[in-house]
Amino acid sequence: MSSAADALFWHRFQFGFTVTYHYLFPQLTMGLALLIVVFKRAALRGDERAGDAARFWGRIFGINFAIGVVTGIPLEFQFGTNWSRFSQFAGGVIGTTLAMEGVFAFFLESTFLGLFLFGEKRLGARGHFAAALALFFGSWLSGYFIIATNAFMQYPVGHAVGANGRLELSSFWSFLFNAWALWEYAHNMSASVVTAAFAVAGVGAYWTLSGEHRETAAINLKVGVIAGLVASVLQIFPTGDAQGKLLAQAQPATLAAMEGAFKSEPRAPIAIIGQPDVEHHRLENPIYVPAILSFLAYGHFSAPVRGLDDIARDEWPDNIELLYYAYHVMVGLGTLFVALLVIAAFLLWRTRLTRTRWALWALMLAVPFPYIATTAGWLTAELGRQPWLVHGLMRTSAGTSPLVSAGDTLFTTLGFSGLYLVLGILFLFLVGREIARGPRAQGGHE
Amino acid sequence: MIALWYANIAAMLAVYVVLDGFDFGAGIVHLFVARTDAERRQVLAAIGPVWDGNEVWLIAAGGTLFFAFPGAYAAACSGFYLPLMLVLWLLILRGTSIEFRSHLANPLWRPFWDAVFALASLFLAVVLGAALGNVLRGVGLDGTGSFSTPLFSNLRPGQRPGVLDWYTLGVGVFTAASLAAHGLGYLRWKTSGAVQQRCARAASALWTLVAILFVVGTVATARVRPELFSSIAARPWSWPFVLIAVSGLVAAPIAHRRGAELAAFLGSAAFLAGTLAATAAGLYPVLLPSAIDLRFSIDAEASATGEHGLAVGVVWWTSAIVLAVAYFAYLFRSLRGKVAEPEAREGF
Repeated sequence: MSSAADALFWHRFQFGFTVTYHYLFPQLTMGLALLIVVFKRAALRGDERAGDAARFWGRIFGINFAIGVVTGIPLEFQFGTNWSRFSQFAGGVIGTTLAMEGVFAFFLESTFLGLFLFGEKRLGARGHFAAALALFFGSWLSGYFIIATNAFMQYPVGHAVGANGRLELSSFWSFLFNAWALWEYAHNMSASVVTAAFAVAGVGAYWTLSGEHRETAAINLKVGVIAGLVASVLQIFPTGDAQGKLLAQAQPATLAAMEGAFKSEPRAPIAIIGQPDVEHHRLENPIYVPAILSFLAYGHFSAPVRGLDDIARDEWPDNIELLYYAYHVMVGLGTLFVALLVIAAFLLWRTRLTRTRWALWALMLAVPFPYIATTAGWLTAELGRQPWLVHGLMRTSAGTSPLVSAGDTLFTTLGFSGLYLVLGILFLFLVGREIARGPRAQGGHE
Repeated sequence: MIALWYANIAAMLAVYVVLDGFDFGAGIVHLFVARTDAERRQVLAAIGPVWDGNEVWLIAAGGTLFFAFPGAYAAACSGFYLPLMLVLWLLILRGTSIEFRSHLANPLWRPFWDAVFALASLFLAVVLGAALGNVLRGVGLDGTGSFSTPLFSNLRPGQRPGVLDWYTLGVGVFTAASLAAHGLGYLRWKTSGAVQQRCARAASALWTLVAILFVVGTVATARVRPELFSSIAARPWSWPFVLIAVSGLVAAPIAHRRGAELAAFLGSAAFLAGTLAATAAGLYPVLLPSAIDLRFSIDAEASATGEHGLAVGVVWWTSAIVLAVAYFAYLFRSLRGKVAEPEAREGF
């Protein structure tokens, strides 16, 4: 590898690693913020078990939020440290939403987190509910600004090229309410609810299976299963479906690579399974369902779908295999979530869930999988955008910091890895301890 | 318009230093002013609900710089690559120590995180001060619009200096002392009992040190970057900032001696904010001077984004800052009064 290609690899690796690791925490806190509001509302109406659940999840929220904050701070600066040419080129546009996230969302979140953790006793039941509501609002607002930033990189709108060759804002509103951002946001936030719902249901299942805290476990199971079912259905339709249709319009190369579609054809089939052989432009061992890809992408079965062969080679995503697998992992897991939650919801409705051990085991062991699905989804979005940093406007290879070498970036990547390993161990230790202490433990910090 | 955004960012950074400054300061001094576990919890209870919000001013200022002056943001972040990464790691350690320290009642766990909190706060104060020193002294910008800096070279501020030299390290030490004094003032105001008494006792010695370092730092800056003072002298509108800084420096130790706790804290806040405002006023319109040739400096005009973005920005930025000030007022009002020792059992 040349030194520029070497540096490009490490810049991409570092940003990919730090952003993926960071997002393990907000994906839980954003969804959990909503579920805490649900618990607290039930508690306000006199349900004591819901109050216990809200306090327990408030403590888990606090631990997750702390790691989310400390791993999020680097990202605000990594645009400049690792991607200075991109920052210079696009900062006038994407800096807008990043700055707005800081001034609108982070101030709201941090203030009310302080109050929320300050305690129920001191704020009163209603005051504490209001703090939880503000926390939910702030964290979902923060999510929107990040999604709007990413949506611009996927589907740039509302910009113009200034006299100095840099991008600047030409229409604030079309940039902020990019159609891409609205669907991406809906898809991402319901994914966040899926992660949180599985965590809530999974802890409920664990307590039920170990015969502890039965009452709180039951309300965890109920809220987790219902919220998870609604959100995991929304994941597929309309949010996932709408994103697929946007992709077909705006990023045909991405869609073709995700689906492993090398040939352009009408009545295009969808591959349920198969391995892409990029060298020979084909899928190995595919199982096809005819005409479905045409239908999903364009709404009718005979629509022609562009394959990779019709697209210039230098516009193909540069890691088609990983893109293909990530996308299939996301879709496959999303489908399994719906299946599991439909069964769990049926058992819940028949009041048999707390006695059906295999379903409880399945719910408990399912907790990590929404994290995997979400990570695979983001890999799909980001690998699918390649070779572009800003789609159609700047290539990823043109966005790095020219004076930051591969070695510097490798060094700091190792530093981040070590630090994040320690954070991960601390996280598992503290969360495991909270789960073992159960919902009635006194105070998160003694 | 460009001057307005320059001022907005300078103001956000000044607010950041005043607010996060007191919890940095509390971190630097807490091993000395809080001896028992209950006392340390008292210190953490005094800053626990607010430190995260304080740090948001840094993130928000970074984001605003990114949006308004993308050229400067890109050059500075990539040019200070390694030192900035060190800052980020220290911020991670510091945040972790505050949040996780009280989770476990273990005789090794808590002192460990207390030490991490103290060391990370101290190093961060020095490094952030050194960053200010770099902005004053200038960096190796050679006309290409980007630069890279070694962590240190021969410790002299020449044409191709390192991030750390005698001048920037000196600014770092001055910053650490100022923030320690500021944190001491905050703790004296917000706590009671033994912690408060120790803060009161340490205040006058620390303020003497700050005053000496301030004079030495001013003389050193006049040598390294004389243009700063000629600009301030030529801009009468910047004189009130100098006046605020100096009166804060005089007022804080006097107020400490008289036991006027809030006045002492506000004095040190005025000292920090005034010093930074005067510095920004003297640097304007330069965002990052070149140590090679001032013509290569990055200035606001050349690195700013387009007119439309900046104009729309005035609307959203102003509304957001009004909201933020309201949240802070509400938060500090909710937390009004002193944190007593036994009260520290709940929450942080």
